Amino acid sequence: MELLLPGFGLFFWTLIALLFVIFLLKKFAWKPILEALNERESNIADSIASAEKMKSEMASMKSENENLLNQAREERSLLLKEAKETKDKIINEAKEEAKEEANKIMLESRQQIEMQKNAAIIDVKNQIGSLVIEVSEKVLRKELANKSEQNDYISKLANEIKLN
Amino acid sequence: MIGMHKRNIKRAKSVLLAILFTFGLMGNLFAQEHEVAPTTENHSEEHHEAGKLDIKGEIFGHISDSYDWHLFSLGEGHEATHVSVPLPVILINPTNGVNVFLSSAFEHGHTPAHGYELYVENGKQKIRAQDDSTFYDISITKNVLCLFLSIIILWFLLTGVAKKYKKNGANVAPTGFQNAIEPIIGFIQDNVAKPNLGKTYAKYMPLLLTLFFFIWVNNLLGLLPFGFNLTGNIAVTLVLALIFFVVMLVNSNKNFWGHIFNPPGVPLGIKFILVPIEILSNLIIKPIALAIRLFANIFAGHTIILSIIMLIFIFSGLSKVAGIAFIPVSVGFSIFMFFLELLVAAIQAFIFTNLTAVFIGQAIEEHHHDDSHEKDHH
Repeated sequence: MELLLPGFGLFFWTLIALLFVIFLLKKFAWKPILEALNERESNIADSIASAEKMKSEMASMKSENENLLNQAREERSLLLKEAKETKDKIINEAKEEAKEEANKIMLESRQQIEMQKNAAIIDVKNQIGSLVIEVSEKVLRKELANKSEQNDYISKLANEIKLN
Repeated sequence: MIGMHKRNIKRAKSVLLAILFTFGLMGNLFAQEHEVAPTTENHSEEHHEAGKLDIKGEIFGHISDSYDWHLFSLGEGHEATHVSVPLPVILINPTNGVNVFLSSAFEHGHTPAHGYELYVENGKQKIRAQDDSTFYDISITKNVLCLFLSIIILWFLLTGVAKKYKKNGANVAPTGFQNAIEPIIGFIQDNVAKPNLGKTYAKYMPLLLTLFFFIWVNNLLGLLPFGFNLTGNIAVTLVLALIFFVVMLVNSNKNFWGHIFNPPGVPLGIKFILVPIEILSNLIIKPIALAIRLFANIFAGHTIILSIIMLIFIFSGLSKVAGIAFIPVSVGFSIFMFFLELLVAAIQAFIFTNLTAVFIGQAIEEHHHDDSHEKDHH
């Protein structure tokens, strides 16, 4: 029972000392410590939040980049396609033009050839005609004495000309 | 009694070393009295039988408060040399005035001093006035010395840590003692204060932290072989409980008082039974239980360790061989007990702090029960 009776002196000193300790520690120890700890806690929370924000921003930026890249790719393929079409078109046009020109030239040359051929034929005919006349003149001059023979010959010639 | 001699010498050496290194300042303060203190005489009337050990006196001498700081004894019985540091005795007598003198003036109870005499009862030192007048004893006893010592330790430890926070700011990695203190503060904040006290927890944090560290440091000091036993003293635990009680009463709201004096949703007949029970449990049992729990735990731990050590001397009282043979058993047990007490030191500090938070939390709680009662009515 002795142990359960509090000693007055110890009670007195403990009460005074503890009250001082609580108030002094509150002011000089716990306040700065708790402030610092809470500040750190909020700092860490803020950092995590901002990191999270940054992460989502990065993700959105990445998808944006992806979109841009895809767009660029599409544009490029479109451009390439157009260029190919233009090229084909130009080549085809050139081919067509060249063909036409060639046909035209061919036609013209054929006409020229035909014309020259005709001229040559006419010329040959004329020359043959004059030769015939010359020869006939000579023959006629020689054969005019013989009248029957002359007639035979003339009919013979006439036949020959008709056949021609 | 070879064992005891060995122990005493060993202990004397370690104690002396510890004193020289840890309490150099204290040593200087009392250097003057050291010359007076080591006197050759028998300690008290209860120790007089030579060769016979007073187990109860020995144990209670370690656990109880005393007017001098007894470090060790050399020799036995009448030839024993007691080395102790005398402490100031402060007596306030309404009729005779204030007396302040060193406890060495009593010469261990042999001479009355300034009209007072020292006597020993059940291993506990007491002072009585020779003229039987009443007086107030506010002496700096062994436990008061321990109190001041623990406060000095707490002060330098915690203000040192606080200075570091002030110097480095919040965003520098903690170093040294900061690392030791920070998780404890975090633990008390997150697991004790926040769940029990709700939004206003920050207001009670300094109190809870001071209670925890004060109890913990003193529990640990009590394990050192200097005979300190502060938290195992009912006076100290009563003060701790009293501080909690005042804080609870000051912060309690009408909800709390309403529940005590007019429990809602209870028939009138039951109220006559319930109200006294509520008054008893909230206003008397809560603080008293807090005080006794801490006191009893620490006191019991000290008593067990001392009893286990004393077993050596009980057995060596039977025969020397038995005493020597029992040394390993006893030392093994006491080492186990010391580890257990290290655990208990922290656990009891936590329990006291946690219950303080729980009880204050109940006193400041807002409309928690009312909702459920209203539901019952509908």
